[in-house]
Amino acid sequence: MSVINDTKAILVGMWTTWKHIFGPSVTVQYPEEKRIPSPRYRARIVLTRDPDGGERCVACYLCSAACPVDCISMQSAEQENGRRYALWFRINFSRCIFCGLCAEACPTMAIQMTPDYEICNRDIMNLLYEKEDLLIDGCGKAPDYNFYHHAGIGVTQPRGAGDEERPPVDVRSLLP
Amino acid sequence: MEQTLFYILAIVTVIATILAITEKHPVHAIIYLVTSFFALAVVFYLLAAPLIAVFEVIIYAGAVMVLFMFVIMMLDQGNPEEARCPLLVHCLPALVLAGIILAALLLLLSGRSTPVAPIGGGSEKRLLDVADFAITLFKKYGVAIEIISMQLLFAIVGVLYLGRRRKP
Amino acid sequence: MTIDLIDIALVAGKIGLIFLVILGLAAYLVLAERKLLAYIQERLGPNRAGPWGMLQPLADGIKLITKEDVKPAGADKWLFYLAPAMAAIPAIMIFAVIPFGPPITLFGREVGQQVVDINVGLLFFIAFSSIAVYGVALGGWASNSKYALLGSIRGLAQLISYEITMGLSLVPVVMLARSFQLSEIVAAQQSCWFIVYQPLAFIIFLISIFAECKRIPFDLPEAEGELVAGFHTEYSGLRFGLFFVGEYINVIVLGGLAATFFLGGWHGPLLPPVVWFLIKVLAFAFLFIWVRGTLPRLRYDQLMHFGWKVLTPLALVNILATGWFIVLKG
Repeated sequence: MSVINDTKAILVGMWTTWKHIFGPSVTVQYPEEKRIPSPRYRARIVLTRDPDGGERCVACYLCSAACPVDCISMQSAEQENGRRYALWFRINFSRCIFCGLCAEACPTMAIQMTPDYEICNRDIMNLLYEKEDLLIDGCGKAPDYNFYHHAGIGVTQPRGAGDEERPPVDVRSLLP
Repeated sequence: MEQTLFYILAIVTVIATILAITEKHPVHAIIYLVTSFFALAVVFYLLAAPLIAVFEVIIYAGAVMVLFMFVIMMLDQGNPEEARCPLLVHCLPALVLAGIILAALLLLLSGRSTPVAPIGGGSEKRLLDVADFAITLFKKYGVAIEIISMQLLFAIVGVLYLGRRRKP
Repeated sequence: MTIDLIDIALVAGKIGLIFLVILGLAAYLVLAERKLLAYIQERLGPNRAGPWGMLQPLADGIKLITKEDVKPAGADKWLFYLAPAMAAIPAIMIFAVIPFGPPITLFGREVGQQVVDINVGLLFFIAFSSIAVYGVALGGWASNSKYALLGSIRGLAQLISYEITMGLSLVPVVMLARSFQLSEIVAAQQSCWFIVYQPLAFIIFLISIFAECKRIPFDLPEAEGELVAGFHTEYSGLRFGLFFVGEYINVIVLGGLAATFFLGGWHGPLLPPVVWFLIKVLAFAFLFIWVRGTLPRLRYDQLMHFGWKVLTPLALVNILATGWFIVLKG
């Protein structure tokens, strides 16, 4: 009998919703109680420093190229010893979609995502973060990583002196 | 008090009906006609016939006019404002009918000197009861009701026949 | 015909009181619906404006009043402005015939706890609920929008169809009470509520009033998944609010009528009659909201099929059976 089945279906549905009326709610009352996001949550972007306290960013423009909404811009410069750095570094958070591609693209682990999601603002110009707003005094998620200890570019140390770097090969010795 | 109300309602009825006839836009015409029916229903109520008043609203304003409106909305004809005024020839049947009704009304009014007695039979004015109404309708005019209901049944059968699902 | 000033004052007082109570109830029914739906969906609902969101209706009202009243291009001006009133006013008018308590003595005269006790009260209700169709029809047609027009055509067809089943399901009630007068229908249920004699008629009436006030699972005229908002798509500001409040007034009025016809009106033990009536109305309002939180929307052909091929024959059979029993009992 389809009538009995249909009636039963309706009554079972009504019973289910009845039970849920008295169940707990999953709502988080935001300004009073705040969710603690996971450490890998993708929110406000920061620029980190290496363990020695120097800037990690070498202004390679990879993050800017990876950004799908083009919200990262910078100007590269070189120190006297050839070490590259960003003259200015700007992230437009009113455009940022927090996809995390910049952090993935970064070869020096300089640009990283943090779980701080409360950056909304009444004035859109306040969402333009300059280098001094972005740079933090810390290493972020990679506390021991120092790019120049691995890469043997002869700016901070002689070539071949890096952690996992072999000494440079004299190409002339390979000639037949 | 009742007389004042009656005259107000009568004026509303007449004006609304005239507008319903002259209005070129069908939906506006329907609204005027509904207004007229509504005023007429209140007139019936003043004449101590609440049952007739309510039926006027339920059947005419609530059902027939809504069906008209439904059809007009479904058809959705372009610009009704461009419709031309009908020629005198087209008005002829309506004029003949109107003349007959007017003549009949005049005959009735001239033939009678005393006002019509209410159905209940009492001399003083009283509310027309549902029971009175039912007895008059189903005892006095029982045969007519049966004939009309048969006619409606034929109409339903006809609609079912026309709307039957044909095999492709 | 003599006009007594006290009589006029009493009637005016009753009208004013009912108007205020109904509007207040309708406003808080909106809040109750949002709260209950939220609880059903494991949310909290509005709780910012005042304690437990008690000032939310006020906030909603202020918002609606201060919004711009947009008239779409090509809309039929007068009908567009008239339609919301035609949807809301008949619903309030119906409440004039609903008795919410036994007659009491005031100023040395007997005063019925209803605005008017006309002897065709039940038909008055059907008449005004059929007038309420015009609000839906004209609102959609005058907006000059495809969605609104489709919504109002659906609304017209649905409301006419379910008015018939509603009327037919009330015939057994009239047969049992032997009157169209609502006070007498209530008086006839002194000993036993009509729901006991007429469970089938009650169920048919309940389904019909769900369709009459265009609520889920019969909210096809405003099906937001298909028609944006149906017949009131183009409305904004206070006119939209009028449609919105009209819907909730309809819920209260139809709940009150269902209580009057089948649940013994204001009859009940211990508590005062007005309280009993209010409890029954609110119980129906709760049922409306609960069903909205549970059931999905019907398809249009299912709706028509159900109304014409299931409910109407059932109601007719019910009338026949009731008549048979009454004749047998003598």
